[in-house]
Amino acid sequence: MQLVENGKLVEDRYVHVDDDAPLPDRLPVIVSAKRFLAEADALVSRDGSLGVSWPNDRRVNELKPWLGHLALIALNFPKFRDGRAYSQARQLRETLGFRGTLRATGDILRDQFGFLVRAGFDSFAVKKTADAPAFAASVARFSVVYQPSADGRLSALRRRSQSAGAKTPETV
Amino acid sequence: MYVYDAFDQTLVAERVAEFRDQVARRLSGELTEDEFKPLRLMNGVYLQLHAYMLRLAIPYGTLSSEQLRMLAYVARKYDRGYGHFTTRQNIQYHWIKLAELPDAMADFASVGMHGMQTSGNCVRNLTTDQWAGVAPDEIEDPRVWAELIRQHVTLHPEFSFMPRKFKIAVGTSQHDRAALRIHDLALQLVRNDNGETGFEVMVGGGLGRTPFLAKTIKPFLAKRDVLSYVEAILRTYNQFGRRDNIYKARIKILVHELGPEAFAKEVDAEWQIIKDGELALDDALVDEIAGRFSYPAYQQLDDSPPQLAEARRAARGFDAWLGNSVANHKVPGYAIVTLSLKPEGGTPGDATADQMDAIADLADRYSFGEIRVGHEQNLVLPHVEQRDLPELWRALAGIGVATPNVNLVSDIISCPGLDYCSLANARSIPIAQEIARRFHNLDLQRQLGRLHVNISGCINACGHHHVGHIGILGVEKNGEEFYQITLGGKADEGATLGTLIGPAVPYAQVADVVEDIAAAYLELRQRPEELFIDTVKRTGVEPFRERVYATR
Amino acid sequence: MTSPLEQKKIKVTGPVVVTANRVGDGAVVYSRADGGWTTALDGAAIATSSEGAQALMTAALDDDLRAVGPYIAPVKLSAGGQVRPGNLRELIRLGGPTIELPLPLGC
Ligand code: SF4
Repeated sequence: MQLVENGKLVEDRYVHVDDDAPLPDRLPVIVSAKRFLAEADALVSRDGSLGVSWPNDRRVNELKPWLGHLALIALNFPKFRDGRAYSQARQLRETLGFRGTLRATGDILRDQFGFLVRAGFDSFAVKKTADAPAFAASVARFSVVYQPSADGRLSALRRRSQSAGAKTPETV
Repeated sequence: MYVYDAFDQTLVAERVAEFRDQVARRLSGELTEDEFKPLRLMNGVYLQLHAYMLRLAIPYGTLSSEQLRMLAYVARKYDRGYGHFTTRQNIQYHWIKLAELPDAMADFASVGMHGMQTSGNCVRNLTTDQWAGVAPDEIEDPRVWAELIRQHVTLHPEFSFMPRKFKIAVGTSQHDRAALRIHDLALQLVRNDNGETGFEVMVGGGLGRTPFLAKTIKPFLAKRDVLSYVEAILRTYNQFGRRDNIYKARIKILVHELGPEAFAKEVDAEWQIIKDGELALDDALVDEIAGRFSYPAYQQLDDSPPQLAEARRAARGFDAWLGNSVANHKVPGYAIVTLSLKPEGGTPGDATADQMDAIADLADRYSFGEIRVGHEQNLVLPHVEQRDLPELWRALAGIGVATPNVNLVSDIISCPGLDYCSLANARSIPIAQEIARRFHNLDLQRQLGRLHVNISGCINACGHHHVGHIGILGVEKNGEEFYQITLGGKADEGATLGTLIGPAVPYAQVADVVEDIAAAYLELRQRPEELFIDTVKRTGVEPFRERVYATR
Repeated sequence: MTSPLEQKKIKVTGPVVVTANRVGDGAVVYSRADGGWTTALDGAAIATSSEGAQALMTAALDDDLRAVGPYIAPVKLSAGGQVRPGNLRELIRLGGPTIELPLPLGC
């Protein structure tokens, strides 16, 4: 696995801790949802950044009480085609207001970067190292978007109505 | 007509550039087929038996003459000189080469057309009534709403990898010409008791292996809420739709398993959160889209000009065609003309490049440059002056699209079947052709009246066999082609699924069976005005079953 | 996606070939004994055992850059050694649709 953040390959600062393993002191950790829910109180009062790996078949609403304590949430795409985590990401960002790192893990290819960024992800565990350099170009592929999403870009509909004073955009 | 602006044009151009890059990566081996497949599918590119197939969207079935000429151009330049209009207001090219596809896409993009989301597990091409904007009984033009939703769901970051495909139709008239109830989501424009217009929302329809008719989950949705409500439905489906079994992944199964009330509750909970956010529509936003639709400058004319009566007396053929293929327009002096793509011996829904060019010219001359595509796989000229009808008829007859069989037994809906489709069990087209041949006599067809025969080559039901008055489904038995026959299906406002009449019959007997069914109907009907579908409803399928299987 | 090899053990009861579609244009192709592909059924490598079919499939699956979706299809061999498609689907893949294709106007 290679990690892309801000368009660059980066080292993973987080330690992935197994459910029965002891927690390393102060290091940033990612724990499973199961462990998180069982030990939440202890985990959030621990020293060091806390991340949770959340499965795509559990409502993200369950995380609501803890969001302020979470530095990272990893959402999973077990297959390219399984897009549940796109909804989870938007709910975390737009409905629940999560501001920490949102990491996409699993079957992540460059052709999803655009969608992932729009859905609110900012950390990408890519499958192919070769896809990392394509990040900037993939994300910049579309200069027009048709719908509002977690990235805050204005939809064509809103841009049109904003430029309504200027009227008659160039037709084809 | 919706006219693309710079935003729309930029997006399709950027999409072509992206696809060009993906095709190049595939051809160079950077992408494996497993990786490439979902990407090509999202651009409407399938692999069929003999070649790649491109499915191009014709949003809500509206085409300009310029676009139709481009369909012809691509058919000639990159394919074999013809295209196939489908039951979902798309056109398919069956012989296209992967290496040339980016160029073909660029040509389409130059006239504001694309194959985006004509496949894959995303929201597919939005469909509506092919008479939108001209039907006398419509509440308002549904295409404005279809376009708003089309834009909203195009390259949607959240809904491009749903459990399965998602088909949306928008209806507007009392008479449903858009087969609303067989869609994953149908929005029917309605007027409430206060005289406001809004939408009745129906979800969970679909054919295939487990057919369901859509259920109403909201009898009245205000227009301002249509995008947020659609978003809430899609979000609910994306999260909870089944992904463990492809045959249970459509929203119809989720709605069925949860029950429509529980499903509606989930949707509503999500909707309450987002309804007053950015997706809430105001008049200015809607007007912006509505304003990009251009409408013809109709003249003030009278209905039934004298030329018509004269021409009817002069030519029996014209009279028959007028009675069959021409419908009332909401503007006096105009007519809606259906062009039958079901000539005897032809493939239902196919049109040659030459025909497309000729129809584009006729549309310019007689129909304000506009053409429609209907789910019955016919074309429509939506704004024809009644006094031009005799001339138009001669021109249409000259290019083979004036067969007066619209809604009759030879106006068959047929999927491509085993002649093209890699999923097929059996052939569809030759079955359609043989039935058309048996009912060659138009007087007999007229005597039988409205009678829809729908044929699918496999359980995927692209030919909508479940909702054919007579439905024919290809199955395979020991390596041979067999066909199941259903009766009594309907796709309109009284949507009903057909009833199987008995064991499947072999290829060679299908047309005989249809003849038997037709003969039984003529005997069973109480009076000539009782339509086939009404007779089946009254008698049930039993008398037909007896007739068909008595000698088999 | 699981590869067709993993999906089921290959059972071969008669002569078979491995067929696929060519990547560039989708044309129907058959795998040859030398590892290449041909559009002529005559030129296809014929297997009559599970091992033989398995070997052809393994090679074909490795050739994702040239051919898409390989699978094993039955063929019939005539007394004279002529190879014919083993079922209707394969007949149509080889020979094209069984219906007349539309002709340009005036033809
Ligand atoms: S119904 Fe089946 S055979 Fe017909 S086009 Fe659809 S998938 Fe192919």
